Amino acid sequence: MASSLTTVVVTEGLIKQFGRFAALRAISETFGGGKLYVIVGDNGAGKTTLLRTIAGLASPTRGTVSVLGATEVRQVRAQIGYMAHPSLLYDEMTGLENLRYFAGLYGVSGEDRCRNAIKTVKLDPDLDRPVGQYSQGMRQRMSLARALLNDPSLLLLDEPFSNVDARSAKEMAALLAQLRDQSKTIFVVTHQPALLEGAADEFVAMEMGKVVSRTSILQAAQ
Amino acid sequence: MSFLTVASATLKKDVRLEWRSKDAINAMLFFSLLVVVIFSFAFDPTAEESRRIAGGLVWVAFLFAAVVALNQTWARELRNQVLDAYRVSPAPANPLFLAKAVGNFIFVVVLEALMTPLFIMFYKLRALGPGWELVPIALLGTWALVVNGTFFAAISIRTRAREIMLPLLLFPLSIPALLAMVNATTSILTGEESARFWIALLVAYDVVFTTACLLLFETVLEAE
Repeated sequence: MASSLTTVVVTEGLIKQFGRFAALRAISETFGGGKLYVIVGDNGAGKTTLLRTIAGLASPTRGTVSVLGATEVRQVRAQIGYMAHPSLLYDEMTGLENLRYFAGLYGVSGEDRCRNAIKTVKLDPDLDRPVGQYSQGMRQRMSLARALLNDPSLLLLDEPFSNVDARSAKEMAALLAQLRDQSKTIFVVTHQPALLEGAADEFVAMEMGKVVSRTSILQAAQ
Repeated sequence: MSFLTVASATLKKDVRLEWRSKDAINAMLFFSLLVVVIFSFAFDPTAEESRRIAGGLVWVAFLFAAVVALNQTWARELRNQVLDAYRVSPAPANPLFLAKAVGNFIFVVVLEALMTPLFIMFYKLRALGPGWELVPIALLGTWALVVNGTFFAAISIRTRAREIMLPLLLFPLSIPALLAMVNATTSILTGEESARFWIALLVAYDVVFTTACLLLFETVLEAE
């Protein structure tokens, strides 16, 4: 089981440039397994780029990223769940239709897995409405269900609480804590870190493309 | 997960999305209909003249109409960045490409099936050569257009002016196929010579470009 590894993500001298702009500047960090990391920082600090690089969606300009023991992220994609700021869902299809399609991409068989993933995020799998007609909060939850579909050992979540009402955000935070307790490693990029104050193992503060602090106390990270 | 499972799931998804939105098919139909009507008013050709110009007219109309579907095919994947969901999954790149190409092929063939009777009616067409050969020409020619079109549409989605970029990339490369399609169709309509050479050229074109697209698609998909 990948999450039983002592280190799940290792970056060494990680640099990511977009043209002349350096989004990540020589990040060398080690992240252990079975923990909930909350990445905080101002807009443009490099949080999303770091997450995309770990997910294998952006390749390092220089330096290396090792994920779940593999230097080629594509080798461990089946063990990664990724939720981006946009929903990564087809608006014209229902939630269940979306999940059925993505389940096929992961080789996950069985209708039950899709239904359970939807129930996990407290939505109704039988809701016969295209995702485009969901509220923003419902869309975010369905997006989380998609990320959980393959039972990943590493979960990467970019702004999961944005535009979600307070009660739903708290429910999602509780779910993340529960998943961490099942020894999954979770990275959450958020502008609402207070929601995870009781659950997070570490707050990772980023500034200008660098990790400037790692602490278990939110105030210290801010 | 197997190649075919992912390809068929993606194809079913694309057909379902098109069935619900009808974005591509409506735009293609409208465009082709305009071409048929406008050219029939502009030329008013005799039956003999029609047989000589119809090959070019029909295929150029289908080529331009196909570009509409080809642009739609990837635009759908950009909304909500759904393409990233595919890229983070362990599914290989080629089933996605093949499903998209087959999906576009189906949409354009449906368009051709709907528009051909209108072309025949407006231009008073009757084949003097072996008419059945128009079927392999249509299938091979359509595949030639969509396989390259799907590939170049994937390249152009990340560019700012993607609607312009696709024809700029696609049309020059499609000239040999278009030449074969037009000449083969004209040969059959006029009954003056055999279309076999042009059909063989289309087969070779399809094999070469399908192979090249399949070999290169992963690089295109993984590009940032």
